[in-house]
Amino acid sequence: MINEIIEKCKSYGWILEPYANEILKNYNIEIPEYIFTDKIENAIQFFKKLNSPVVCKVVSPKILHKSDVGGVIVGIDTEEKLKDSFLKLMKLNGVIGVIIEKMVKGTELIIGGKNDFQFGPVVICGMGGIGVEVYNDTSIRMAPLNVKDAESMLKQLKFYSILKGFRGQKGINIKKLIETLINFSKMLMDLEDYFESIDLNPVICSTDNCYVADARIILLKNN
Amino acid sequence: MFNLEKIFKPKTMAVIGVSLTNDRHPANVIYNKNHLRYPVKVYPVNPKGGYIHREKVYKSIKEIPDDIDLAIIAVKSDYVPIIMKECIEKGVGGSVVISGGFAEIGKIDLQNKIVKIAEENKFPFIGPNCLGIYNPTFMDSLFLPAERIVTPKPGHVAVISQSGGILIDQMVKFKDEGIGMSIGISIGNKALIKETQLLEYFNNDPQTKVIAFYIEGFEKGEGRKFVEFAQNCKKPIVVLKSGKTEAGSKAVSSHTASIAGDYKVFSEILKQKGIIEAKNDFELISFCEALECYHRRTIKNVGIVTGSGGHGALAVDFCYNYGFSVPEIKEEDKKNIKNNLNPSIKEIASLRNPIDLTGSAVDNDFIVACENIAKLDYIDVIILLLLPYLPGISMDLSVRLSNIAHEYNKPLIAYIPHVDKYQMLMEGFELNNIPVSPSVRGAVLMAKGLAL
Repeated sequence: MINEIIEKCKSYGWILEPYANEILKNYNIEIPEYIFTDKIENAIQFFKKLNSPVVCKVVSPKILHKSDVGGVIVGIDTEEKLKDSFLKLMKLNGVIGVIIEKMVKGTELIIGGKNDFQFGPVVICGMGGIGVEVYNDTSIRMAPLNVKDAESMLKQLKFYSILKGFRGQKGINIKKLIETLINFSKMLMDLEDYFESIDLNPVICSTDNCYVADARIILLKNN
Repeated sequence: MFNLEKIFKPKTMAVIGVSLTNDRHPANVIYNKNHLRYPVKVYPVNPKGGYIHREKVYKSIKEIPDDIDLAIIAVKSDYVPIIMKECIEKGVGGSVVISGGFAEIGKIDLQNKIVKIAEENKFPFIGPNCLGIYNPTFMDSLFLPAERIVTPKPGHVAVISQSGGILIDQMVKFKDEGIGMSIGISIGNKALIKETQLLEYFNNDPQTKVIAFYIEGFEKGEGRKFVEFAQNCKKPIVVLKSGKTEAGSKAVSSHTASIAGDYKVFSEILKQKGIIEAKNDFELISFCEALECYHRRTIKNVGIVTGSGGHGALAVDFCYNYGFSVPEIKEEDKKNIKNNLNPSIKEIASLRNPIDLTGSAVDNDFIVACENIAKLDYIDVIILLLLPYLPGISMDLSVRLSNIAHEYNKPLIAYIPHVDKYQMLMEGFELNNIPVSPSVRGAVLMAKGLAL
């Protein structure tokens, strides 16, 4: 399955989000409920059945940074808004379809993978949103991770006290996050010959689960 | 795959490339210093033959009647492949290729050529483009004149350096601090023998207790091999890395790539795999000195014994900065100390921790304090701020204190200002395997090195 996906996407230099999601699911990494389609009827049907606010994301081999071109529309809570958003996204450059995905709430993290020249696949974890850019509160470990590695990389973050629950705020499901990190590290090892870097950003963690709300897999240049 | 024993512990050595006319040639420097000063039997080689300093120069390594363990190759780079083949035909154990003129100037093919020859024949070599090897009990193949370099005493720290200059510099500092070296290796371009193979060898070398590396960078994938081996090593590994800053942030296509700069990756992976990172050369020296004397251990609580309140207070700050506690000594234990102090300080000494014996303390007060602290199971390490200018201290106190540390099997780390005047006091510790730092901070850093 993975080889087919890589074959399909290698000319783009990165793996389109619906395919990236397939790879992640293969490693038991959870994605919020979603549908990938180019037909508005399918989108509406999914939305009605879900009965919960969604986000629409453009899927185009020509658009790596979706937000920069207005390719992500959040907080869609009526059929009307869904239709507008869907049609707007379907006009973007090179579009092949749209992902309609359940909006999930929780604490935002970034989980990343880098194919390091000296050490091979490494896992990065840190505070999401502006946390990563402003505070640089991140930790790094060499893949594959064991439970101890994953625990220590979380404990190292200043952000850890917030993950655990801070001043009455409920913490996130740390066990699930550890599982996600370990599964992700296995995926990096399997993709060692193909990937340059991977961003799971944001990963949204709540008291019961961790969801990857966006995934970007950049392939090595020579593949 | 490669047997490195004869490279590091040769009984016989050929120096190939000695000059008949220029005695400052690197090969001549190496030949001369070993010929006169080291146990290794050394043979000079030059295709012209003849004599230097009344000793026969062999035209080829093959002419030497003896078996040769190690060949030092110091000829022009283009000749290295031929010379290496001759060494292999002669059955030499391995070589150190001093010669430059390989990958570092873009001659990658030439470097690959000698690697291929070596691999095909299981012939190990260090280098090329390296400064050589210093093994205090066997030989010194560093091509710097003996009168110019400083050599530390034989000991238990192996230093493996990607830079020859840094190696020489560490040797000076080791000597200064009384740290012993089992071997110093300049690995140059590390074309064949890389950090991981050396780690493997010195992990099993009975002379070596601590393995220290100066690393600029690993080759592709080599970092992974290194740390995977290191995590199972029985000896402490200390790494000093250069190139910590990145020249400008590059435009990158992902967040991850921008977060995970080379140094951050390096540093965090070392920690993950239990390798000790020295952030600078002072830490490297401090960690090596402490680890040459003591095993790594969990350290939570530090006991501080001092002759000055200010020194004690500084040490407490450093302790907390490095994550240690300085717990108060229990009442009953304080009493035991107080009862045995000399009458003139009994009422003025502060025994909470730091134990401040004041400037009026005499030898016996330090003995009493250290002995009582050493017994306490809630103190993991003793930091002793022994101020040699106090009038009540004699020069043999350090030996007596060393014996206490060994008696109670409690690590003792001393601070003494490093000036000639206090040499005897310092040696009293160093000769008895007690680390001595030139600064208060350094003494606490030594404890940190044991606890990392």
